Amino acid sequence: MGAEFVQLSLIPVLIGILSAVACALPGNFLILRRQALIGDAISHVVLPGIVIAFLLTGVTSVAPMLLGAAGAALVAVGLIEVVKRLGGIEPGAAMGAIFTTMFAAGVLLLDRTDTSTVHLDVEHALMGNLESLVWLQAEGWHSLLDLAILATLPDELVRIATVCAIVVALTLVFWRWLKISTFDEGFAQALGIPAAGLGLGLVVTAAIAAVAAFDAVGSIIVIAMFICPPAAARLMTNRLEHQVAWSVAFATSSATLGYIFAGYGPLWFGSPAAVSASGMIASISGIILGLACLYGPQRSRVK
Amino acid sequence: MSLFVEAFFLQAGYNATLVAIGAGVLGFAAGASGTFPFLRKRALISDAVAHATLPGIGLAFILMVTFGGDGRSLLGLIAGSALTAWTGLLLIEWISRRTRLTEDAAIGAILGTFFGAGIVFLTVIQGMSAGRQAGLEGFLLGSTAGMLFQDALLIAVGGSLAVLVTWLMRRPMTIVAFDSDYAMTLGYDVRRIDLLMMGLVLSVTVIGLKLVGLILIVAMLIIPAVAARFWTDRSTKMIWIAGCIGGASGYLGAVLSASAPAMPTGPIIVLVAAGIFVFSLLFAPDRGVLVTLFRHRGFQARVHRRQGLLALAAHHPIREAYTLRLLTREGLVRPDGVPTDAGRAQAAKIARDERRWDVAREIYQDTGLTGRYDGLTPIEDVFTADEIAELDHQLGPPVTARTE
Repeated sequence: MGAEFVQLSLIPVLIGILSAVACALPGNFLILRRQALIGDAISHVVLPGIVIAFLLTGVTSVAPMLLGAAGAALVAVGLIEVVKRLGGIEPGAAMGAIFTTMFAAGVLLLDRTDTSTVHLDVEHALMGNLESLVWLQAEGWHSLLDLAILATLPDELVRIATVCAIVVALTLVFWRWLKISTFDEGFAQALGIPAAGLGLGLVVTAAIAAVAAFDAVGSIIVIAMFICPPAAARLMTNRLEHQVAWSVAFATSSATLGYIFAGYGPLWFGSPAAVSASGMIASISGIILGLACLYGPQRSRVK
Repeated sequence: MSLFVEAFFLQAGYNATLVAIGAGVLGFAAGASGTFPFLRKRALISDAVAHATLPGIGLAFILMVTFGGDGRSLLGLIAGSALTAWTGLLLIEWISRRTRLTEDAAIGAILGTFFGAGIVFLTVIQGMSAGRQAGLEGFLLGSTAGMLFQDALLIAVGGSLAVLVTWLMRRPMTIVAFDSDYAMTLGYDVRRIDLLMMGLVLSVTVIGLKLVGLILIVAMLIIPAVAARFWTDRSTKMIWIAGCIGGASGYLGAVLSASAPAMPTGPIIVLVAAGIFVFSLLFAPDRGVLVTLFRHRGFQARVHRRQGLLALAAHHPIREAYTLRLLTREGLVRPDGVPTDAGRAQAAKIARDERRWDVAREIYQDTGLTGRYDGLTPIEDVFTADEIAELDHQLGPPVTARTE
C-alpha cells in the first residue's frame, strides 16, 4: 500500500467511487418515482450524442462531447414524451423504441465516420477505461500534498469530482422539494412546488452524472449504479435520509470491492491478466442487491 | 441503385442472400413474438433478457475451451446465452414478486449486473490464449460477414417455431395481457403464461444474437409491435402486422446494407423499422397523429357552428372570429354578421333541436338515451320519429325564428 498503490490504483478507485455516488444519488429518486429505466435509456443515447459532437467539432475534446451527450439525453427525453403523448404509447415501450433507434443511429454514424485516428469505439463506450487512468507522476502518499504533482492528476478525476460535487449540492439544496414531490406530487403542487420542472431537472441531473461517469467508466457501470445501490438501500430502511446514506455506502463499497477484485482477483486464481473493472463493479453491486433482496430488513412487500 | 435492385431480388451474391433472408425471417419472428410483451406493458423486459445473454456467451466459450473444444460452436454459445437470459428472467420475476422493488427497478438491476458480469467474462476470454481470435464482440452489435447456411437455418427453424407458438397461444396471452385478474379467474396460470411470453422473446433474442447483436435485437422486439398497434385494435391481427413490419424492416435493412459499403446491417434494420414506426405514428387511420388532428378540427368546427347558430336563433351577435368565418363560408351569415335566409332556417332548426332535447331530458330518465346529449348530436339520431312527435306535442306549436 505504498507508492505503487498511489500511482496505479488510487485514482481509478476514486473515480469509481465518485462515479458510483454521482449516479446513485439521483438514482434514489428515480427508483421511488418508478423511472428507474431512464438511466438505461440515457446511457444508450450518450453514444450518438458523442459521435455527433465529434462529427461537428472534429476533435475528441471533452467539453463538446459532454455537451453532445447531454444534448442527446435531453432530445431522447423529449422524444419519449412526444411518442408517449402523440401515440398514446405506454412509457416503457416508448422508451424502448426511442433509445434503441438513437443507439442504432449512433452505431451507424460511427461506422460511416473515419475514427481510426481517434479513440472512439463502441466497446470503449460500453466498458470504459478505468484501469488506464493512472497517476504515474505520483511518488507516494506525500504527493497528495505536493501542488506541482497534484496538477498532473488525470482530467477525468477532476471532472467527475466536480460533477459529483454538483450532484451532491443539488440534492441537498432541493432536498425538501424532491422529497415531497417524489412521494406526493399532488401535495407538492398544492404547496406551489414546480413538480414538473423538478422532475425534468432530476432527469437532466441524472444525464449529467451519467455523461461524466460514462467518460471514465463506461455505460454499463452507469446503468448498474443508477439502480442497484438505491434499490438495495430501499430494502434496508423506510426513511429517505437513511436510504440515501445506505445507497452511498453501497455505491462506495461496490466501486472499491469491484476494483480490488478486478485487479487482484485473477491473481488469486493464478491468472496474470486483470478483468474489466467496470464490469466487476457492476457485478458486485448486483451481488449486494441480491443479498439485500434475501436479508434486507425492509424487503417484504407488505409490512 | 442497380446494386440495390440486385440485392432486393437476391442476386447480390450468396452471403447477401443468406443475410437478407435470415434478417427477414428474424424480423418477422421478432415482431410477432414482441407483440404480447408490448400489450402486457412489459416491453422493456426484452432489454434485460437481451443484455443477460452476454455472460452466458462468455461462460459457454470458457467452458468449451476448457474441455478442449473450439469455443465458437454456435449451438454451445446459444445454449449458454439462453441459460443466463432465463436465469435473469426468473430473477426479475422473483425480485418483483418477493420484494417491494418495482418491476422496472428489477429489470434495470438485472440488466446492469448481468451485462457487467458478461463484460468481466469477455475480458477473461481476452486474457486466454484461445480467446484472442474469439470474435465474441460480434455478439454485441452483430456481424453478417461470416453468416453460414446453418446460421440461416437456425433462424428459420427457431423463428418459425416462435411464430407458431405465439399463434397457438394467442388466446391465453391476449387475456393475460389485457386483464390478468380475469385470466386468473378463468383458471389460467398467469405466471406461466408470462414466462412463456418472455420465453418466446428469449428464443428470438438468442437466435438473432449473431446477426444483429444483443443491443439492437431489443429494437426489433419492441419497434414493430409499437408500430403495429397503430393499425389495428385486434391482437390476432396485430401479431401478423407486427410480423410483417419486422420482416420488411429486416429484409429491406439487409438489402440496403448490402447495396452500399460501410453500412452495418443491424443499425440499418433498426432505422428502417423506426422509419415505419414514424410513418405509422403520423399516417395510421384512426390512431395516427394526422387523423387525430383532422378529427379534432372537425369536432371544433361542429361546436363552433352549433354555438354560432344558437346565437343567431337567440338574436345575439356573433363576435368570435372563427365562428363567423365558418358560418360565412357556408353562406349562413353575411360577413357583417347578419344571418341570411338559409342561416335563419338552420338556426331555427338547431334551436328546435335544443328545445326538444330539453323536453326529452325531463321526460326520459333513462340516461342511456338522454345521456347521449352532448350539445352536438341531432335528436333524430337518438329518438324515433314517433317519440319526437310526442316531444313536439309536449313542446306546443312550433315556433319559427322571428323575422324582423
